[in-house]
Amino acid sequence: MNDHHLILRVITRMLTGPILLFGLYVQFHGDYGPGGGFQAGVIFAVGFILYGIVFSLRDLRRLIPDWIIHKLVALGVLLYAGTGIVSMLLGANFLDYNPLAGTPIGGQHLGILLVEAGVGITVFAVMLAIYYAFAGRPPSLNDEDW
Amino acid sequence: MEIAFTILLFIALVATAIAIVFIKRLFAVVMLSGVFSLLAALLFIVMDAVDVAFTEAAVGGGISSVLMLGTIALTARTQKQPERYSLVPLAIVLLTGAVLIYGTLDMPNFGSPDAPAQRHIGPEYIARTPTDIDVPNIVTAVLASYRGYDTLGEVVVVFTAGLGVILLLSGLGRRRGTPYPRGVSANRDQDNAQ
Repeated sequence: MNDHHLILRVITRMLTGPILLFGLYVQFHGDYGPGGGFQAGVIFAVGFILYGIVFSLRDLRRLIPDWIIHKLVALGVLLYAGTGIVSMLLGANFLDYNPLAGTPIGGQHLGILLVEAGVGITVFAVMLAIYYAFAGRPPSLNDEDW
Repeated sequence: MEIAFTILLFIALVATAIAIVFIKRLFAVVMLSGVFSLLAALLFIVMDAVDVAFTEAAVGGGISSVLMLGTIALTARTQKQPERYSLVPLAIVLLTGAVLIYGTLDMPNFGSPDAPAQRHIGPEYIARTPTDIDVPNIVTAVLASYRGYDTLGEVVVVFTAGLGVILLLSGLGRRRGTPYPRGVSANRDQDNAQ
């Protein structure tokens, strides 16, 4: 795998950064245009998966070990539900973001940012976890078989 | 112009689906299913549903294809020929399709202002978002704030799916001790983990 696919490897190196940047753009620009946590999480995961496919799963696993992925899977849901709990502790209904900041609109903006971040983190981590689980099993096909 | 484009997209969609049914090489089938998703995403864009189109392109066209390829690498690369052909599945598919088409006859026309979707709570969201939440993308306002519960449920669904795959496929239990010899039930992994 390391002595061929030169073009793929060069292009992947060029593309990985912009893909991750685009994922962040979709994540944080979701209030203003199409996009949000779901799409951003998938795009962000694809950036890493592309790297894993073209280089090796071993390198990718060294970059983001399994235990970090497993923590992130839960962290996103906790962040989302935790935002709801905090708004409850501040005296409002579950997932009512108005009291999170000084003004109701500021609270809404902060709340949407937090829950979208939670969505993005969980989707990103689950996509990578599924990819690890499938690609981590011993391959039964050679390159030529495709 | 828009109608011609829509019809063209639907023809391409049906052609892709038929090709998927007849092609036996699974690699080609996975690529075609990615094409199918991208065509569907284009259709959603024509219908002005950009957020849905974005999801379809990213999830259907992107990550599903990768996961399907991963599955092919673990299983087989050509579809097995059935022993004999039966007409019953074809009849069931045709019947279901006919019922679905019959169901669409009662639906309001696309974009009709009298449709229940336009008359129920949608106008209220559109009217209240600038004062309540003040984000330009009303879809985000509905998904993350007005319908926050639903989105939390969706995230939990994704979380549960990931949890299932991690538990079933990544072999976490084996790390806790020596691998079991063949024939020992995998349930013992879970028992020991507790």
